[in-house]
Amino acid sequence: MDQVRYEAPETLDAAIALLSDDTTASTIFAGGTDVMVQLHSDLIEPEVIVNVKNIPDLIGIEEIGGVYTIGAATPVAELQEHKEFCEAWPGVIEGAELIGSVQVKGRSTIVGNLCNASPAADSVPPSIAAGATVNIVGPNGKRKVAVEDIVTGPRQTSLKKGEIIVSTTFPARPPHSGDAYLRLTPRTEMDIAIVGAAVNLTLDDLGICTTARVSLGAVAPKFLLVEECANALIGTRVDKNALYALGKAASDAADPISDKRGTRDYRVKTIAVMTLRAAERAVKRAREN
Amino acid sequence: MAKAHVTTTVNGDEYEFLCEPQQSLVNVLRDELRLSGTKEGCSTGDCGACSVMMDDRLVCSCLVLAVETEGKHIETIEGMGTAENLHPLQRRFLEINGLQCGICTPGILVAAKALLKKNPNPTETEIRFWLAGNLCRCTGYDKIIRSVQAAAEDLRKDKSNGNHS
Ligand code: FES
Ligand code: FES
Repeated sequence: MDQVRYEAPETLDAAIALLSDDTTASTIFAGGTDVMVQLHSDLIEPEVIVNVKNIPDLIGIEEIGGVYTIGAATPVAELQEHKEFCEAWPGVIEGAELIGSVQVKGRSTIVGNLCNASPAADSVPPSIAAGATVNIVGPNGKRKVAVEDIVTGPRQTSLKKGEIIVSTTFPARPPHSGDAYLRLTPRTEMDIAIVGAAVNLTLDDLGICTTARVSLGAVAPKFLLVEECANALIGTRVDKNALYALGKAASDAADPISDKRGTRDYRVKTIAVMTLRAAERAVKRAREN
Repeated sequence: MAKAHVTTTVNGDEYEFLCEPQQSLVNVLRDELRLSGTKEGCSTGDCGACSVMMDDRLVCSCLVLAVETEGKHIETIEGMGTAENLHPLQRRFLEINGLQCGICTPGILVAAKALLKKNPNPTETEIRFWLAGNLCRCTGYDKIIRSVQAAAEDLRKDKSNGNHS
């Protein structure tokens, strides 16, 4: 790893120029919590490290009419300190809070968690359930992509050479909305999800579920957005029968591997329980606002 | 590639150093600046031995590039107290035996100080969750938690008596 160059551009254009140069291997460096480890174990051998934290577009939390836009290099710790965002999206925070220790969250970002493309990333299912989109800029201009369309497989994303995610946008919340993320791990802290489930739903004034999005993590090569799970909730009061149907739909959708954290069978069974409990938590929140 | 020239503030003093682009902050603190109070355990963000404050945020210095600290403010264990005038956390760790080999201690002290600044009266659970990223292979953690609780109480008393520390 000789000949590494460090760049800290202050504009998006300068960053894209560096990242889209075909002759040099580059890596985006934001929170660094994955990149530092990959760098020092020679998993990646970039010729240029592009620190994007000096680009103003990538930093900060902005709210306009209930729509939140989070700069891609904003650390999770800053999200946790943003009271209004935490109240609007408690499920997203539940996922983001699980990205490592306090120290790691001082640096790590939800976009990094997404682009690292581990199927077990905790902040991704709640972002998908939230209907969040990422704003991408690259050599061919801008595009907006739903979070569920970024990760295409373990360690693989749909981002093209030179592209950079600038921010994530979370839509405005109608009244009576709630979300939640729950995961199962061998320990209570500092571990990777065996399964993870996120539910985001909205009720009408009578308490009937009108919209729902359910996303599952660690039960397939990529994150799942399961329509059958949403259909199990929509039109119901999220009662026992609906929850049971939801759990069954989650198990049916799961296609996990067996590894040291859990067998395939264990994952298929527990994803039902986690999804059901996440829905219970989400509906409780929806009834409270 | 030429080494990068970086100017940064550590414990209130300005330092200049040269470093490789991929060199970690913990590495520069220990090997270039000779501030070896900060320890390196895992180099992967798992153990917390390398904890420092960067612009008032608790971070793992093994996950920070030294070159990106240009213009930043770093606080390490060396800035916490002196042998004659220990910080209440340091005093309590000594008294209650919150350490054995001591490798995890600088990181834990820096992390605990950050907690008490944010939350002067944390519950045991809050302390345990906050310190979940600081591994200790010796103490079994109980004495660490008790030391932090005792120091928190000292600091609260100090504050109500109008002292700052
Ligand atoms: S050395 Fe940095 S976390 Fe272990
Ligand atoms: S005292 Fe030895 S690791 Fe904590």
